[in-house]
Amino acid sequence: MIVANRKPLEEILEMIRPYKKILLLGCNECVTVCAAGGQREVGVLASELRLSRAKDGNEIEIREHTLERQCDHEYIDQIRPFVGDYEIVLSMACGAGVQYVAETCRSKLVVPAVDTTFLGVTMEQGVWSERCQGCGNCILDKTGGICPIARCAKSLLNGPCGGSSGGKCEIDKEVDCGWQLIIDRLQELGQMDRYEEIIPVKDWTTARDGGPRKRMREDLRL
Amino acid sequence: MTNTGSNIERILDTGGFVVTSECGPPRGADAGVVRKKGELLRGVVDAVNVTDNQTSVVRMSSLSACVILKEMGFDPILQMVCRDRNRIALQSDLLGAAALGINNVLCLSGDHQKFGDHPQAKNVFDIDSIQLIQAVRRMRDEGKFIGGEEIKGKPVLFIGAAANPFADPFEIRAPRLGKKVKAGCEFIQTQCIYNLERFERWMAMVRDRGLHEKCAILAGVTPFKSVGMAKYMKNQVPGMDVPDEMIERMKGVPKEKQTEEGIKICVETIQRLREIPGVRGIHIMAIEWEDRVSEIAKAAGLLPRPQLP
Repeated sequence: MIVANRKPLEEILEMIRPYKKILLLGCNECVTVCAAGGQREVGVLASELRLSRAKDGNEIEIREHTLERQCDHEYIDQIRPFVGDYEIVLSMACGAGVQYVAETCRSKLVVPAVDTTFLGVTMEQGVWSERCQGCGNCILDKTGGICPIARCAKSLLNGPCGGSSGGKCEIDKEVDCGWQLIIDRLQELGQMDRYEEIIPVKDWTTARDGGPRKRMREDLRL
Repeated sequence: MTNTGSNIERILDTGGFVVTSECGPPRGADAGVVRKKGELLRGVVDAVNVTDNQTSVVRMSSLSACVILKEMGFDPILQMVCRDRNRIALQSDLLGAAALGINNVLCLSGDHQKFGDHPQAKNVFDIDSIQLIQAVRRMRDEGKFIGGEEIKGKPVLFIGAAANPFADPFEIRAPRLGKKVKAGCEFIQTQCIYNLERFERWMAMVRDRGLHEKCAILAGVTPFKSVGMAKYMKNQVPGMDVPDEMIERMKGVPKEKQTEEGIKICVETIQRLREIPGVRGIHIMAIEWEDRVSEIAKAAGLLPRPQLP
């Protein structure tokens, strides 16, 4: 899933300072699972904003609404009948959702209430961590199912570097060394011979470096 | 034989023992600082490493400081990290270095920018150190860029890399060196050695694989200035292995004698390293302490250095 963090209240208050009528828009997908921008978080943020503005004697009207997805026109279209009643849309979706709402509602200012961070997993209740950087050219078959691009701080394809110590990365004692994980896994799988193969320079054209990406399936198009 | 003009290669070819040291460029544009550091190493080393924004702190570029040292008669080793430049910039600088008469390159991944003075920077890591070794080797021997196009005027460079026998996991440290050798590495400078027992175990693994015959191992040493420095190296520097008895030995002498004790330990370490089969040289990293390198080299019996024509 896409993992996000809600922005600090002060930052959100600053973004919406001049406005009195706000549409606060949650998303029922990834940001719900990572507890950043689902229906529950919409309710919490709305209360915080109302309280804070009331304290300043500058009350606001907030409509709370959570869409099934903010990355599909089909769902965004549901706000068309009432979005015109508000001065600004405060979206709690990931960066893709915020932008798609903005593209759809061109006359409205749409601002983000979360910081979109990474593609990751739920490790335990309240803990998420990064697994993928969407480079567009997966090599997990070569690295024991653990991604060196996402999990090594230097994205080394032939690691580990000299800073790997006690299974941890040189940047932080709390961060696992991705290459230690790869080696442990290759050992478990009896594939250590793979470690000795040099992984050649990567073709980054399939990643962000190749420019904005788009995928098309002709067979599915209407 | 490649014949790159490198002093390291020339000494190794005649079966000699190599001595290198390093010069960290200044955090400013004063060439005088580089010249002053260079003077301290004159007649003491065969080649001088010039670090590339080490610990991710902005400094005068490695290539510029290499050229200053080259003009003084040194044989500089251009350190190149993959943190700050993509494959286009790295290859361009390799051509420039060769054109300016630099004979050696040391291919490194580079410290993470988190440790430096610009932790907010975006890192590059387009390629890694092993891929950089491969690239330099192909540029030199096949006259081809990474992209496959032909090079007009091959960069003739002697190719080195680093190895850290003290990082984890230990069991892959010799296989990892094997990958560097397979990629085309011709000499290795190791991380500072304090734990000789572990270094000897690593060297045994290196010899078992025959890597010492394909690639010259230069053993790295760094003198302690004080017990404080020894503790810092032990506890704060990732991938550094300082045994407790070294700390105890430094603690056991009065503060004003600790410097001398640090140098004594360094000299003894060099003497033991020279006895280890497969060690072809010593790399003395006296960080911001270049004035003591000559004394260490002399006490360890590494002087005079061979006169090369």
